[in-house]
Amino acid sequence: MSEFESAPASTPLLAVENLHKTFDMHALGDKRVVGLEDVSFAVERGEFLAVVGESGSGKSSLLKCLYRTYEPSSGRVLYAGPNGTVDLASCDDRTVIDLRTKAIGYTSQFLDEIPRVPAVDVVARPLHEGGMAVDAARERAEMLLSRLRLPEALWEAYPATFSGGERQRVNLAQAIAPKPRLLLLDEPTSALDPETRAAAIDLLREFLDDGTTIVGVFHNRDVVEAVADRVVVLEDARVREIGPVEAFDREVIA
Amino acid sequence: MSLLEGADLTKIYGDGCESCRARTGDSAGTNQCPVCGSVVACADVNLSVAEGEVLGIVGESGSGKSSLAETLALAADDGGEGESGSRIEGEIRYAGHEGNLLEVDYETRHRLRNGDISLVHQHVRDGLELDFSGGGNVAEKLLSAGWRNYEAVRERVRSLFEETEIPVGRMDDPTHTYSGGMQRRVQIARALANDPAVVVLDEPTTGLDVSVQARVLDTFRRVQREEGVAAIVVSHDLGVVRLLADRTLVMRHGRVVESGLTDRIMEDPHHEYTQTLINSVI
Repeated sequence: MSEFESAPASTPLLAVENLHKTFDMHALGDKRVVGLEDVSFAVERGEFLAVVGESGSGKSSLLKCLYRTYEPSSGRVLYAGPNGTVDLASCDDRTVIDLRTKAIGYTSQFLDEIPRVPAVDVVARPLHEGGMAVDAARERAEMLLSRLRLPEALWEAYPATFSGGERQRVNLAQAIAPKPRLLLLDEPTSALDPETRAAAIDLLREFLDDGTTIVGVFHNRDVVEAVADRVVVLEDARVREIGPVEAFDREVIA
Repeated sequence: MSLLEGADLTKIYGDGCESCRARTGDSAGTNQCPVCGSVVACADVNLSVAEGEVLGIVGESGSGKSSLAETLALAADDGGEGESGSRIEGEIRYAGHEGNLLEVDYETRHRLRNGDISLVHQHVRDGLELDFSGGGNVAEKLLSAGWRNYEAVRERVRSLFEETEIPVGRMDDPTHTYSGGMQRRVQIARALANDPAVVVLDEPTTGLDVSVQARVLDTFRRVQREEGVAAIVVSHDLGVVRLLADRTLVMRHGRVVESGLTDRIMEDPHHEYTQTLINSVI
């Protein structure tokens, strides 16, 4: 049995269909918490879809379901890869691992650092493990850290001692370094100062021009207005609205 | 195709009876059979490891993790019979060998343990001769696999010491003079000596200081990825598994209660016991 069905070129890169996620909290007398309810939308190739909504509306849950850090309770997440379409909601774990290595990147607002690995290697190692020569991987890592304005003095230091904003730069550099086809970003710029945020926006724009597709949760309206094509608004675990970024009031976005 | 697969793996200490499986496990809340008193260390465990993949096994003390790890590493010395008084059932399939690894003869088992599947023991004393030199402990593994040239052996040991970050200058000192973290790295160097396809690590950081733990884990993680060796990592420490494993099994009372992607297990645990385990992390 093949997990892949071939997809015509016009299909969206990602099609989310009737996605539901509930959590059963056994310690709380099997209390059921609804994370997402009947969420559907599509993301075209090369598009930047911003996910906005109040705290607790389901933004992070949505991104985690797309990355399979959360296992969707029902619904489909159809990803149109080069070898055909895969349902990320139900494909086996090894397919998910393979896609994470080759095609789908994710970053949260917190760096999941590895003890004793210097900042430059946090970014360079996955590139090297993906087949890039050590020197080229480090060069690329240094270029990204420099563009995200991480002081050169910190490149060889351990991120465990960094400030929130410094860690976020390492985190973002690590996520974009392998140039994934699909990039899932969960508030990757929340702790950045305005100038660094502008540098991050420039980098993300270049990635979009290169064909990367991005689904991102952002709280800063300047980021959304600068890079997003469309906006999906979540409210109480459901999609309230979806449309081009120009169609929304500034209040909705921020 | 998986590299290593376990099917219906069961290990019972004691005589065993017809009620053993039904009366033990997660739903029964015990791993000891109330009828015959036998201990069902693990039962009906199914798992697989792909090439280069790291599988984590977590659970509290007595959940059957180490029994399962030893079984997978062919650590029991005589076919289906384990150490005195225990029985192993089920199948272990390995891509490099035809048939059930639990049924191979002594010589094949010896060869597989020296070359293909190696074990890093939970207790240093089970894995190392502490009176021998650190280099000697690693060399012994090479000699078992047929290495004979003195210079070649020393050169290989030296490069394994460098790879696992043990000071080469200490190579000829008795292993009991090494720090705990160094002894653990000697075990890892020894386990990697003959380029195995799978390494089984049983509690790789137990008894080490936090800073030393980080170094041992980072060393193993780097070497594991560079060499593309598959690994099975058994630990009661969720942090260890989180750092190393792609996929994770959660065990309780000798049974696998949940399995999945490691980040999914950590952030979206389904089973009641897994939720308790995750919520108990300090």
